[in-house]
Amino acid sequence: MLSHDEVLRIARLARIEVGERDIEALRAELNGILGLIDQMRSVDTTGIEPMSHPQADAQRLREDRVSEPDQRDRFQAIAPSVEDGLYLVPKVID
Amino acid sequence: MIHTWSIARLSRALAGRELSAVEAARAWLDRIDRLNGRLNAFITVDPAKTLSQAREADARIARGEGGALTGVPIAHKDLFCARGWLTTCGSKMLSGFVSPYDAHVIEQFDRAGAVILGKTNMDEFAMGSSNENSFFGAVKNPWDERAVPGGSSGGSAAAVAALLAPGATGTDTGGSIRQPASHTGVCGLRPTYGRVSRYGMVAFASSLDQGGPLARSAEDLALMLAVMAGFDARDSTCVDRPREDYAGALNRGVKGLRIGLPREYFTADLASDVRAPIEAAIAALRGAGAEVVEVSLPNQHLSVPVYYVLAPAEASSNLSRYDGVRYGHRAAEYADLNDMYAKSRAQGFGREVKRRIMIGTYVLSHGYYDAYYLQAQRLRRLIANDFTEAFKRCDLIMGPASPTVAFDLGAHTKDPVQMYLDDLYTIPINLAGLPGMSIPCGFGAGGRPVGLQIVGNYFDEARMLSAAHAFQQVTDWHTKTPPAFGAVSR
Repeated sequence: MLSHDEVLRIARLARIEVGERDIEALRAELNGILGLIDQMRSVDTTGIEPMSHPQADAQRLREDRVSEPDQRDRFQAIAPSVEDGLYLVPKVID
Repeated sequence: MIHTWSIARLSRALAGRELSAVEAARAWLDRIDRLNGRLNAFITVDPAKTLSQAREADARIARGEGGALTGVPIAHKDLFCARGWLTTCGSKMLSGFVSPYDAHVIEQFDRAGAVILGKTNMDEFAMGSSNENSFFGAVKNPWDERAVPGGSSGGSAAAVAALLAPGATGTDTGGSIRQPASHTGVCGLRPTYGRVSRYGMVAFASSLDQGGPLARSAEDLALMLAVMAGFDARDSTCVDRPREDYAGALNRGVKGLRIGLPREYFTADLASDVRAPIEAAIAALRGAGAEVVEVSLPNQHLSVPVYYVLAPAEASSNLSRYDGVRYGHRAAEYADLNDMYAKSRAQGFGREVKRRIMIGTYVLSHGYYDAYYLQAQRLRRLIANDFTEAFKRCDLIMGPASPTVAFDLGAHTKDPVQMYLDDLYTIPINLAGLPGMSIPCGFGAGGRPVGLQIVGNYFDEARMLSAAHAFQQVTDWHTKTPPAFGAVSR
């Protein structure tokens, strides 16, 4: 069962702000889901090859050549904040 | 009464110049204008864009260059990126996102000359089984406006059921085409993983997501799938394999077809009002010449727990792209870069999406990876192997798409786990990567529709469609429409 602090740790890893008064409700919901998931943990799966997706044998490689045209203006038109072709974020380094 | 026409009939009428693509588009736009307010099936309708595309289709038909879907209006689930159209994924995060490019599926419909009728409502980021998790509000079931339409492709299903669109696209990660199709009495097909390109489909769980059509008959699904299926190098898991002639195969019949009934699908979990129409449908297929054998999927009960490790894990990774930097919602106020991420994501995502990102983050975090993620991937192999064994004894597997008829709005909003358990018959198919469909086969409690699930072996969509078509030649469930939304004539 997740503790109050573990919920906060997961929220921090997921970069989702959680208000102090929402933690208890969230903790109960997450523990409910983990309770469902726990049914699969006790099954013995020794020697079974993990399946990452259904077409695992069909992975292709493509030729190493430029395939994308420059669409910077079109993509930046929908960005929250840009200047001179750059994406703006709060200052990270002083 | 153009709005009552099937895609097949509309296609013939357009090719024969009985009506124009503009008239067809107007017929459904008018239905949406009058009736969408009751259902909330569409997030975006843009008549000017739709009619302009319809005029192009008319010009193409006049030049003698039309195909089966030229001039046919199709509604798209609002996670298919369509250039110049708002593409919200049912989320506040993307509520202002006008896509700068087209999904492969949209390109394919465009090449075929089909017309975009609008973008349909959905559970946020396709996470949900009731369409109540949409930032744009819940969708109502046209058969009973107190009921959910199912999800996550609930808007597409409700639009087709209420004759607001002749066909619509959806996506199916854990049942999101089949379950709403079942709950609204329409036909929906989730193709084999890799059959339809995921390029430009907003990603939820990349190893499970697959786009597919919803319409009112197997014949119409065949026409739509022929356009949607095809190789696209931009999706690394899209399979380079010729598509079958789905429409040409429709009349194969079911004589000698071996139908496998998994004993795990007919237990006490299955409501009796759903079981009866399913059994009657199997009897009808038997009457048409099919044989029935019992099969077993012994690891089926592990599917829901396995899915709720793998899908959230993939989602937590896919949804990390929403950082408020390149596109999507950015919080108005924040202290620093990390705070900007955390606030933008807290404001932009709804509750269910946050829960799943956090579960995914947890199961992938240091010290838990082997116990959760690797264990789930191993069990996924066992679940897929069960189907391989079953298909040695049968050609198609059939059973219910959902254990109950559509539930009431609000019934499961307090308990997410209860909602998850409703997908116990659809999720195993996604884990295995198989194609599955739901077709209407009767009604249960409260006159709410029941869907028959048909599961095929890998890339066996033509056989599934021909069996569904055979069923629709000897029954008329697919012609029933919600009394409050008008009758179909064919």
